Amino acid sequence: MTPVAPTFFFYLLSTVAVVGAILVITRKNPVHSALSLIFTLLALAGLYLMLYAPFVAGVQIILYAGGIMVLFLFVIMLVNIERSQREVQFNQQWHVGIIASLALGFLFLYVYKHGSSIFPVNPVSMPEPMNTQQVGMALFRNYLLPFEIASLLLLVAIVGAVVMAKKRI
Amino acid sequence: MLDYVTSYLHSSLTPGQAGNWLWALVYILVIFAGVSGIVIVMNWGERKALAHMQVRLGPMRVGPHGLMQPIADAIKLLTKEDIMPSEADKPIFWLAPVWVVMIAFSVFIVVPFGPTHAVTDMNIGILFMLGVSSLGVLGIVMAGWASNSHFPLMGALRSSAQMVSYEIAMGLAVVSAIVMTGLGGIGPYGIGSGAGSGTLSMIGIVQAQAQQHVWFIFKFFPVGLVAFFIFAVAMIAETNRAPFDLPEAESELVAGFHTEYSGLRWSLFMLGEYAGMVAVSSIAITLWLGGWLRPFPSTHGPAINIPFLWEHPEQGVVDFAFSFAPALVMLALAFFSFFNAMRMPKHPLLKIQTIGLYAFGLVLAGVGLILLAPPVRDRIQDIFWFVFKIACFMYLYIWYRATWPRYRFDQLMKVGWKVLLPLGLGVLLVTGIIGLGPEIAAWLKGVV
Repeated sequence: MTPVAPTFFFYLLSTVAVVGAILVITRKNPVHSALSLIFTLLALAGLYLMLYAPFVAGVQIILYAGGIMVLFLFVIMLVNIERSQREVQFNQQWHVGIIASLALGFLFLYVYKHGSSIFPVNPVSMPEPMNTQQVGMALFRNYLLPFEIASLLLLVAIVGAVVMAKKRI
Repeated sequence: MLDYVTSYLHSSLTPGQAGNWLWALVYILVIFAGVSGIVIVMNWGERKALAHMQVRLGPMRVGPHGLMQPIADAIKLLTKEDIMPSEADKPIFWLAPVWVVMIAFSVFIVVPFGPTHAVTDMNIGILFMLGVSSLGVLGIVMAGWASNSHFPLMGALRSSAQMVSYEIAMGLAVVSAIVMTGLGGIGPYGIGSGAGSGTLSMIGIVQAQAQQHVWFIFKFFPVGLVAFFIFAVAMIAETNRAPFDLPEAESELVAGFHTEYSGLRWSLFMLGEYAGMVAVSSIAITLWLGGWLRPFPSTHGPAINIPFLWEHPEQGVVDFAFSFAPALVMLALAFFSFFNAMRMPKHPLLKIQTIGLYAFGLVLAGVGLILLAPPVRDRIQDIFWFVFKIACFMYLYIWYRATWPRYRFDQLMKVGWKVLLPLGLGVLLVTGIIGLGPEIAAWLKGVV
């Protein structure tokens, strides 16, 4: 089906994402920051849906918003909030940070102005109903070896975490 | 405008796919009202069934056999004082119950009550359901943390640990059912061409079961059954119900994560919990119990692949016989309430109650008679079977709660990680090996 009011939803979702991201770094309370990050991630999932990538959107929700953020909150809830609120929020490197982000911003602006030949104006649209199947085919047919190597890397990380956390198994 | 409204009536798509926002809104409202209705019935049914299992009477005062008890409860909860602890984190304390209810209901967008009776059908249907229902735990964590109190925090910690652990076993069980959708063969051990055109869409999964003429619980028996068992256990743990109700274990944690909540906010948590139970039950029904299909899907008439079953009177005899089931269930319930109205003691104080029970029986009988009419009878089929299966699951939830003692937390973790997770991996492997059987055999032949 054709999307309804794409411009409106794009600006709505981007506003939610940007405001959420700003709240993540400005809130003093770590739980508030984590909750803002969830809203940002959900808005990003909505943007993926608008780009005809429903599988990426679903994985974004199930992994980041549903799995990783729950573990984040799980850890943050045990932090002493009173102490963390008294600490200085931004460290001394914020000058460098501003310079770096401004440079990145100018780079984006430059590419936006002059890079129309690099990025096609009308991207090849993937047929939405077969998106998930195509991702599966790509992962398990064409790119099986890189996929397996990446999962092996994750397995090593899991084993390493268990070994470091639990000395006596 | 009128054309816009009526044009959808002849469509064979869900309103979301057809792009008809008006009918999508109608479906959303109907599903919202229906799920809320199930929660109300469940409120009465759970107390009544638990009471009878424990040889008690349960609610008997408000209305005949306590039938009006949910309404009395709702009035009590709405008029109760709404308390917010002074040291609570106010915005999050406010957001938590709203979040739980929103998540619990937004899952129902993709639940297929029939071939066209879903708000929309997504390419990522089952992934969407699992993902969104995994967001529900955030509401519980928020509630526990924002209450700024010990018992709620402990409840929230237990809840998040439990849900994250059981989601993995649940996901593995779901994957094995999704693999089965890609095997096009007919019958319990049928393996098709193995071309691998599986689907994640909820409607697609049920249609795959219809085309293979088997519910996935019986596919590759007992592989499907084991996968269903894993899901059924993980499903109870996900919804925090007995025997896995540790986040709100009242003998240890008062009421767990919602200890500090009262009145309307508490009732929102209850609504979210029961709506979540309906949601995970409908995942299980869609994946393993044939969704809207009636029992014995191998005896379906020729019109099985067409969304409009009722426009094809040449369906088989079995279809015709099964089409009377909804009306018969309603008439049986009506008979039951008439029977109990006659058994009421003849006492002047019970006169109104007896009349009320007769009236309830009359309403049920009326609904049953309407369901006998051929057009209604054929159109209601798929919805009836889906809701009937949900009702069976709800009864099982009550039964579990009445039967089993609560797990200890280390036992719970052991079951999740050391039993269900390896079992899920094994089921997935066995499904894949059976599904690829012909290919593997051909490859072995080539090697030897």
